[in-house]
Amino acid sequence: MSKRRTHRPRRAIKDPRGESALFRGRAVAGFALILLGMLALVGRYAFLQVLHHDEFATRADANRIKPRALQPARGLIYDRNGVLLADNVPAFRLEVVPEQVPDMKAMLARIGAVVPLSDDDIDAFRKQLAQSRRFDSIPLKMHLSEDDIARFSINRWRFPGVDVVPYLTRRYTFGARFAHVIGYVNRIDDNDLKRLDPARYKGATHVGRSGIERSYEDMLHGKPGYELVEVNADGRTQRVLETHPPTPGRNLYLSIDARIQKAAEDAFAGRPGAAVAIDPRNGQVLAMVSVPSFDPNLFVNGISTADYRALTTDPTKPLYNRALRGVYPPGSTVKPLIGLAGLESGLRTPEDTVVSTGQFCIPGTTFCRRDDQRGGAGRVDLAEAIEQSVNTYFYKLALDLGIDRLSHYMSQFGFGHATGIDLVGESDGVLPSREWKAAHSKMPWFPGETMIAGIGQGYWAVTPLQLAHAIATFAGGGVPYRPRLVMATQDGVDAKVVPLPNPPEGPSLVSSKANWEAVDKGMEMVMYGDKGTGRALTVGFPYRIAGKSGTAERYSRTSNSYDDRSNLAYLASRNRAWFEMYAPADDPQIAVAVVLEAGAWGASSAGPIARHILDAWLATKGSKAPPFTPYTDPSLGDVPPLPPEDVPVAPPDGDTP
Amino acid sequence: MIGPYLMRMRRFVRRLMTRPRIDLPLALGLFLLACVGLMTLYSAGDRSLSLVGGQAARFVMGGVLLLVVSRIPPSTLRTWTPWLYAGSTALLLVVAALGEGRGAYRWLDLGVMRFQPSELLKLTMPMMVAWYLHPRQLPPSWKDIAMVGLLIAIPAGLIAEQPDLGTALLVAGAGAFALFLSGMAWWRIGMLLAGAAAMVPVGWHFMHQYQRDRVMTLLNPESDPLGNGWHIIQSQIAVGSGGVFGKGWLHSTQSRLDFLPEHTTDFIFAVFSEEFGLVGVIGILVLYAFIIGRCLWIAMEARDTYSRLLAGAIGMSFFVYVLVNGGMVAGMLPVVGVPMPLVSYGGTSAVSLLTGFGVLMSIHANRKMHQ
Repeated sequence: MSKRRTHRPRRAIKDPRGESALFRGRAVAGFALILLGMLALVGRYAFLQVLHHDEFATRADANRIKPRALQPARGLIYDRNGVLLADNVPAFRLEVVPEQVPDMKAMLARIGAVVPLSDDDIDAFRKQLAQSRRFDSIPLKMHLSEDDIARFSINRWRFPGVDVVPYLTRRYTFGARFAHVIGYVNRIDDNDLKRLDPARYKGATHVGRSGIERSYEDMLHGKPGYELVEVNADGRTQRVLETHPPTPGRNLYLSIDARIQKAAEDAFAGRPGAAVAIDPRNGQVLAMVSVPSFDPNLFVNGISTADYRALTTDPTKPLYNRALRGVYPPGSTVKPLIGLAGLESGLRTPEDTVVSTGQFCIPGTTFCRRDDQRGGAGRVDLAEAIEQSVNTYFYKLALDLGIDRLSHYMSQFGFGHATGIDLVGESDGVLPSREWKAAHSKMPWFPGETMIAGIGQGYWAVTPLQLAHAIATFAGGGVPYRPRLVMATQDGVDAKVVPLPNPPEGPSLVSSKANWEAVDKGMEMVMYGDKGTGRALTVGFPYRIAGKSGTAERYSRTSNSYDDRSNLAYLASRNRAWFEMYAPADDPQIAVAVVLEAGAWGASSAGPIARHILDAWLATKGSKAPPFTPYTDPSLGDVPPLPPEDVPVAPPDGDTP
Repeated sequence: MIGPYLMRMRRFVRRLMTRPRIDLPLALGLFLLACVGLMTLYSAGDRSLSLVGGQAARFVMGGVLLLVVSRIPPSTLRTWTPWLYAGSTALLLVVAALGEGRGAYRWLDLGVMRFQPSELLKLTMPMMVAWYLHPRQLPPSWKDIAMVGLLIAIPAGLIAEQPDLGTALLVAGAGAFALFLSGMAWWRIGMLLAGAAAMVPVGWHFMHQYQRDRVMTLLNPESDPLGNGWHIIQSQIAVGSGGVFGKGWLHSTQSRLDFLPEHTTDFIFAVFSEEFGLVGVIGILVLYAFIIGRCLWIAMEARDTYSRLLAGAIGMSFFVYVLVNGGMVAGMLPVVGVPMPLVSYGGTSAVSLLTGFGVLMSIHANRKMHQ
């Protein structure tokens, strides 16, 4: 009896007798419901066992047929001219059906003597075993050698439930060259099993882990089919009765040209850095390299612990995608775009001049910064300021623009946020702005910070991809295209190639042709003017080039924006060298941004790499620049005639290395 | 210092041995069921004695637990109840925290053994509801119903989130039965059921894709010939081919050729139906009905509200196992991981079920005195 309820005596007194009777009623009712439920069950069993007995008895007798999943072939990946970059090659693996193994522990202990198993193999197998149903087959070891297969075949009778199964494994024909673009596939792990659609990944063993393989997983994977097979008493297949073929994944055509990619990679000669080349007319990426790289084939069937440790402990960080994730202060490379912002905002005309005396101070303060050139460059207009990289011009311009307008213009060119390329893991970089600073510091915004933002120093941090995207956007008349790696897809090797449209993201960012030409003039003067830093880079090139160097200083106030992983290489050098270029200047078709992590000066260190990329691009157009340096490559000598623009063709025979 | 405790412990063990406080008909029913279970397992598991031995060992362990629990008076259980409930719910939270971002996660690894905290709730849930309703005036008011609803919803929600819909169903069912037995007015039950029916589309929205797939597969098994559809089709073939009298013990064909998946665990009842036919099915259902009926009888004889509600709820939730598993095997209900009690191979459910029956034995031993 509850004491709490004594203030309501009449209703609160518990009535044991009444409750007991109430319960009795409920128990009887409950039991009646249970009997009703059981009757329903009996009804259902009678329906199956009496009414439909004959039908099911027949089906049981005929029941020697099992469905078996058939894996779809993964979509192939080609370059823009149909050179095969990612292929499927036949291989064999060892598979286990847990249900048919009488003693799993003993089997695992004994089979190691026949087919050598690594601890990684057994770990992966155990994990998947715990996740799978007992009648699903689970791979134990991938990519068996011929010896493995021979030894197992002799001993097969000792291992019921274990069998050698053929499959297609991924092979990256160019190894490390495309590792940072295409990425790789590897074994599905227990986390993937929860993420992936079980119907589409029934029996699948691999999934795209990084790069294009990951971002286009949905297209590349295809749809499994199944076959109905007749089995014997051991569950081994006797014959195939019916096949519902799988739907292979779609083939992808990258906009990258393997020849330009090779030239770009070679030009680095192993020095850490990155380069991205983009077609300004449509945003297609023509080359994207991050040096050093790694062999993606190592990952496909499970990388060994030793190999993996070697890659992760290498101080040059080969696994790190510098083009996509590496952030560096852009230095002078942003000056042309800052100059453009001055014109677009109406604060400057191309003819306005500024006197550079060698030092510039914020009016009324003692906050001063120097020009690069001792004594200053004298009176310069916009083009000359770009040509000679005159800091004073851009200090003053940045102060006149103010940080808000400056970062607004620069944001439109893609700085400070991901470009939206079709790869995952892109860094945002840092575009100096009040908002960014408010989110990262308690201090207010200082005018001095606006000033140094005008020359690409301070909080600035950009990825090579962002800079290439920005300069390509400018080169293309200011029309912004999202960078794209995949330009077309195909349903099967014989099917029609379907281009993936990449419409511009918005209207042109440049309001008048005069503004564009004024900035372009400055960038051409960098390459051809008496005082331009890029004078040596144009020798022998048949088209006019526009460009800008950048040498980012080691110390800046953005220490918190650096990625730790690049620090080792970073500290090894004083400067980072940048060069951006586009050509032909009067009708830009390629824009390039190059960063060299340990480069002394932009023009002399990064510039030649950019030029090599332009040479390779020119070669793909059928003409060839006279060798610009002793560097030549025989494989670039004979290039097939170009197909019509932007339409991939079938690979010419023997075009793979 | 520990001398007196050792004495008490020894006395407790001696009483356990010499005067077990068990209800003979219920014990007999359970024993019979366990025998049928072992027989079926022997056949379904390809006559593997190690499989049967392992299961028998679990029955023995469960039986010992049953005897131990039967010695704990219901009044003691009642004072422990809030702690047991809070403890088992806290363990669910631990599992949820450990499983963060890792998908399905149900187990707690104790080093020596792994166990599912959700298994504990099968017992502590009806205990908690009975404890809550025990001092209240019955039939329960809306306020009490709402409180009980909350007590049920928290752990059941956590379990469904794991995701383990089968166990969540059993746990919620056990609590709901206690509420039903407390005399909740029929019109209120009707209103709640109508409300629940209206919530079905919302629930569908919150279900995992694979759970929806299982429901869709039930409606059209041929749509998923590689996955659950295969389960449903093969299970029905096994059941249907058994006919009225079955193919006889050890003579099932469908499990032998591995056509029937999970034929020692969740689908073992298909093997039973194939071997013993409709007659066997009716027979075992009668046995289940007898056990449940006996539980309800014990409940009616119980001394107080707590014991009554607890005994009745445990008995009735036993039926949920039978209905869900039997329905799943016959293709009536979607594939959820609910075993056929004391027949399916697998340790945790056998042990927790027998522990529950230990509570019933204790309630029986402390029944009302008749004049």
